[in-house]
Amino acid sequence: MTHQPTTPQFKANSRAAIADGGLQEQMTKALGNSMAKRAYASGALPEFDQLRDAARDLKNHTLAHLDLYLEAYESKVQADGGQVHWAETAEDAREIILNICRSVDATSVNKGKSMISEEIGLNDFLEEKGIAPVETDLGEYIIQLRKETPSHIIGPAIHVTVPQVREAFRTHHPHLPIDRDLEGLDKLLLEARAELRAKYFEAEVGITGANMLIAETGQSVIVTNEGNGDLSQSLPKVHIVIASIEKVVPTLEDASTVLRVLGRSATGQEMSVYTTFSAGPRREEDPDGPEEYHVVLLDNGRSAMVGTEFQEMLRCIRCGACMNHCPVYRSVGGHAYGWVYPGPMGAVLTPSLIGLKQGGQLPNASTFCGRCEEVCPMRIPLPKMMRHWREREFERQLTPAGTRRGLRFWASAAARPGVYRAGARLAAWGLRLLSSGGRVKRLPLAGAWTDVRDFPAPEGGTFMDRYRPDADGKRGAKR
Amino acid sequence: MTPETQAPETQAAEQARPPKIAFMATCLVDLMRPSVGFAAVKLLEDAGCDVRVPQGQTCCGQPAWNSGDRANAKRLARRTIEAFEDYDAVVLPSGSCAATIIKDYPEMFSAGDRWRARAEKLAAKTFEITAFLADVLPDAKVAAEAPAGVGKVTYHDSCSGLRSLGIKDQPRALLGRVKGVEVSEMVESEVCCGFGGTFCVKYPEISERMVADKARNAEESGAELLLAGDLGCLMNMAGRLTREGRPVKARHVVEVLAGMTDGPAIGEGSK
Ligand code: SF4
Repeated sequence: MTHQPTTPQFKANSRAAIADGGLQEQMTKALGNSMAKRAYASGALPEFDQLRDAARDLKNHTLAHLDLYLEAYESKVQADGGQVHWAETAEDAREIILNICRSVDATSVNKGKSMISEEIGLNDFLEEKGIAPVETDLGEYIIQLRKETPSHIIGPAIHVTVPQVREAFRTHHPHLPIDRDLEGLDKLLLEARAELRAKYFEAEVGITGANMLIAETGQSVIVTNEGNGDLSQSLPKVHIVIASIEKVVPTLEDASTVLRVLGRSATGQEMSVYTTFSAGPRREEDPDGPEEYHVVLLDNGRSAMVGTEFQEMLRCIRCGACMNHCPVYRSVGGHAYGWVYPGPMGAVLTPSLIGLKQGGQLPNASTFCGRCEEVCPMRIPLPKMMRHWREREFERQLTPAGTRRGLRFWASAAARPGVYRAGARLAAWGLRLLSSGGRVKRLPLAGAWTDVRDFPAPEGGTFMDRYRPDADGKRGAKR
Repeated sequence: MTPETQAPETQAAEQARPPKIAFMATCLVDLMRPSVGFAAVKLLEDAGCDVRVPQGQTCCGQPAWNSGDRANAKRLARRTIEAFEDYDAVVLPSGSCAATIIKDYPEMFSAGDRWRARAEKLAAKTFEITAFLADVLPDAKVAAEAPAGVGKVTYHDSCSGLRSLGIKDQPRALLGRVKGVEVSEMVESEVCCGFGGTFCVKYPEISERMVADKARNAEESGAELLLAGDLGCLMNMAGRLTREGRPVKARHVVEVLAGMTDGPAIGEGSK
């Protein structure tokens, strides 16, 4: 089971998040750092914007020939002795993975960080089937202990404070002395490392995601800063890569273009600490590596996005820059979005993957401030696509009836200048009546405004009434 | 007269004729703060423009467009195009309404639609006021001196103006020409104030969280006056400043540039 979306309760979720002082402090601090780092790294590379153009273009090209590149990738993987499994739905993907695990009698699997794993709800599913998933990315490990989902696509535990990590370790590492010293980040890191080391050697299967799949070479690419992905994929007998279909790029050269914008946009690094390419199972001459190499290619609604106004979303390389810079994400954190993908990219992608009825809140929760598009390395016009979702809602009459009525009423007035002027005159007069000292403290029917700020009173008289333009638009005589 | 001899004269006459500039007040300025409209008209007239205020204007249609109501957005776009297309240029005291005409109108009509070309033509000659004064009329006159009581100001970069139209330096350059005005930048001047049209009433808690940051940043800049180029954002920020009882006042940037700050600031009672 994928976890039940709470996306329809976005409003309630966000209210709770805003009331959580600790979360607010943590988000402000963490995202402030991310923005500063990205600004520095992108500013330090003169050709950064050209690289963004190149990355956008190469992905557009790939998406225009997606079937060809996926088939090319598949035959390359097969030529290297690997197997490619096509999963149309999340359920298909889970079953494929379960069957592979069962074929080697796996009781535990090591996992590198993967958002696709979250999308298909893999951990809960494997646990139900008696297979223990072990998250090896530090952030993922922390939230696994806390029984949470990621709140950020590259910093899954970005919402967790250091004292909370300490508490989780004391609770979940009961075999260690209870009074051990866990002050300082290094102590926490060392403890996590020691705990995970032991587990690496137990698992029969290693599962990783993929930042890219390269059609030319049949390689999958992961970037990490902890090296955990390397151990997850090279120690166990079986390596499973799970990736969604849009991760494919044509050539190694293309992969390098994407890598150059990815690290800088994500963490402000020129490159992440580890960039790992894997292809096929261990060959005779290899000193190590898995005996079996599987790739599970997930569609789950993506191919249906091709050719629609949402196709450009498939360029996303999951760098997280859009959420790092989003004032709404900063205010409410990732969990409020209620499903796997938060922030601006989640607001566009979620309705595609779980439906507009479930996900429709998200593209509405935006001021269209445009910072996401400004920083997106793949130049995805995120606000425009959120607006497209609003259009679809409107067409399908999912927009609240009150809003629809209001819009219709206002638009028919605005289409008739005479009527409109009379309305504006009346509104200016009415608002002034309700005001005192230049402002309205409580506005009937607009409590959502006046609950949190005053409503400045109109100055008096409308501009058009006071200017009184004649038929040529020239200023009329003063009354 | 042969056409060859006539041409230069006509051209000279053309050049002598002051540009006929249509001013679109925008619905918020019309309803809430006519003085912004008068200040804008004064700036344009001082720069030698023949300013016209077309009677047919109402609202650019942005609220419908952003709510996904394409049909009504197009309906208002067509009206606006009809009302404004016969002028040399169109100027608005709002980055977001200007961006609607410049960026969104052409997108509303499909390539084959005869309105598409008209939308593109209008878009090409539409300007936000500070951009028009700074970029198109390089010797536009602004108030020589800061009006009484105006000294240290801070400037909020409204999102559409900044990111859709690239307006950042223009208001600051114009303010720099007013003696006695000092711009003291606040932190995160480019971060959204939380207005976002209907967003601020659909998601009041998130909006509050954002505008509270803005109010604090404005005060911490040390400025007495918060300026911006969009009345929507200004009403949001001013409303929060007065609600929190902060001393910073809010005005539209053209009020200072035109030296027209006699009336009360936004959300303040008359003195
Ligand atoms: S939408 Fe753009 S900025 Fe956001 S995660 Fe994807 S690539 Fe990065």
